Amino acid sequence: MSTLTIERLTVGYGDGAPVLDGLDLTVPDGDVVALLGANGAGKTTLLRALLGLTSARGGRVLLDGADLTGLPTEDRVRRGLALVPEGRGVVAELTVAENLRLGALWRYAGRKHARAERDAAVGQMYELFEPLARRRDAPGHTLSGGERQMLALARALVTRPRVLLLDEPSLGLAPLVVAQLLGVLRDQARSTGLTVLLAEQNVTGALSVADRGVVLSLGEVVADRPAADLAADPALRHAYLGF
Amino acid sequence: MERLVFLLSTGLARGAVLALFALSLVIVYRAARVVNFAQAALAIVPVYVAVAVTSATGSYWLGLACALITGALLGAVVERGLMRRVPQDNPLAGIIVAIGLVMVLQAGLAIAFGPDHRPVHAPFSQRPLGVGGVPLMSPYDLFVLLVAAVVMGALAWLFGRTSLGLRMRAAAFAPETSRLLGVRVPRMVTLGWTLSIATAALAALLLVPTGLGLDPHAADVLFVNAFAAAVIGGLDSPAGALAAGLLVGVLASLVTGYASAAAAPPAVLGLLTVVLLVRPHGLFAAREARTA
Repeated sequence: MSTLTIERLTVGYGDGAPVLDGLDLTVPDGDVVALLGANGAGKTTLLRALLGLTSARGGRVLLDGADLTGLPTEDRVRRGLALVPEGRGVVAELTVAENLRLGALWRYAGRKHARAERDAAVGQMYELFEPLARRRDAPGHTLSGGERQMLALARALVTRPRVLLLDEPSLGLAPLVVAQLLGVLRDQARSTGLTVLLAEQNVTGALSVADRGVVLSLGEVVADRPAADLAADPALRHAYLGF
Repeated sequence: MERLVFLLSTGLARGAVLALFALSLVIVYRAARVVNFAQAALAIVPVYVAVAVTSATGSYWLGLACALITGALLGAVVERGLMRRVPQDNPLAGIIVAIGLVMVLQAGLAIAFGPDHRPVHAPFSQRPLGVGGVPLMSPYDLFVLLVAAVVMGALAWLFGRTSLGLRMRAAAFAPETSRLLGVRVPRMVTLGWTLSIATAALAALLLVPTGLGLDPHAADVLFVNAFAAAVIGGLDSPAGALAAGLLVGVLASLVTGYASAAAAPPAVLGLLTVVLLVRPHGLFAAREARTA
């Protein structure tokens, strides 16, 4: 599908020292990359900067060689980036069905059979996430944490993104729900060749679905290894992940 | 009894205008999270245009169409040219800019057209029609109710049934998440202002023939009462604006008829106070979100 390239990205808040200082990272086509690191390492800042929600002080973001720098968030989304932010990125005042329809609107706009294609894409999401099908007319704010995270992932997938970015999807969820969500993610990546950058505190879960693990510390990449190596090597784990 | 029926029916017609204006305040509040204190001044400019067009062409309907178009354009220009440039981190900045806009617009109108009342004629008779000897509402009151109902129906359809409405609602509730869903949020905000000022202009145009006439301050009292109605309804709720607008209209009509016109504003204030004491977020405020 697509390659995401980050070149010398520098991001900071206010006048303070930059959170990310000249970060270089490539997420190759079809790879699932786990972005690991302690609180404050810069994971969320990186994902927000990739979508343009936090403005970068310098550096470039490229999607398949096309420069996204300077584009507003909604145009980066339309180019094929999708972000599921921390804290369940759904519009809580809208229903499940409305959230999914909204996500799919721009994707199928202007096509000959726009509505049919959109309904088919939304239908696929209901097949993927059965609990959402049962609650399609429920407003977002009445969903449980797990259902909301499913909806956030579904509304991202319904746009058929080229690169999917996820910020701590397992936060505050029961292990069973986390396993289910990560399973869907892995299956989607395998079947559609979707490129995924997954920021997680849940190291074991993230490495179990990832091809590669990248460890971020104070805004710099301190380790970049195959996920299996990172998970299996106690010395690496201890040095970079603290367990 | 006859008096009560008459006051209720005229109160409904006045309330429909209030509800329309309150709805315009709700639309702009939902789109941009601002209470637009310049709504009355922005609404009265298109009325001047309508009156000029009507007196030049003799057609009320052409004047009405021009008022709607002017209101829509004015809303877009004010949002793109002014409000978008105001810092968003503090609501005070937007309020101060709006008050400044009121001064500029009302002073400009007074300089251009003079501060006097200009009589404006209604397109239909304002003499009450009687049913079985009981005076009810006038043909113009019926026209006002009909127009208000059509506009509210159209807005309800737009927001509830169309993709554009879905995008506008999403952008109003959760701007950042909506951008992640590919919604062009700045465009939706401009559209909100456009719809809002066009609706407010229509309400002002419907009001003017029933009052003293047209002057730069002709919609000021309408704004005050409609703002009270919007807050009673729960600032965020179109249905609330509709219900509270009708309620305030009927209340003001009854108090004016049975006591005096001077007692109507305190009565509205009393209603506002009671509602805010009992339900601080208004009658139709959104429900609380599930947090667990």
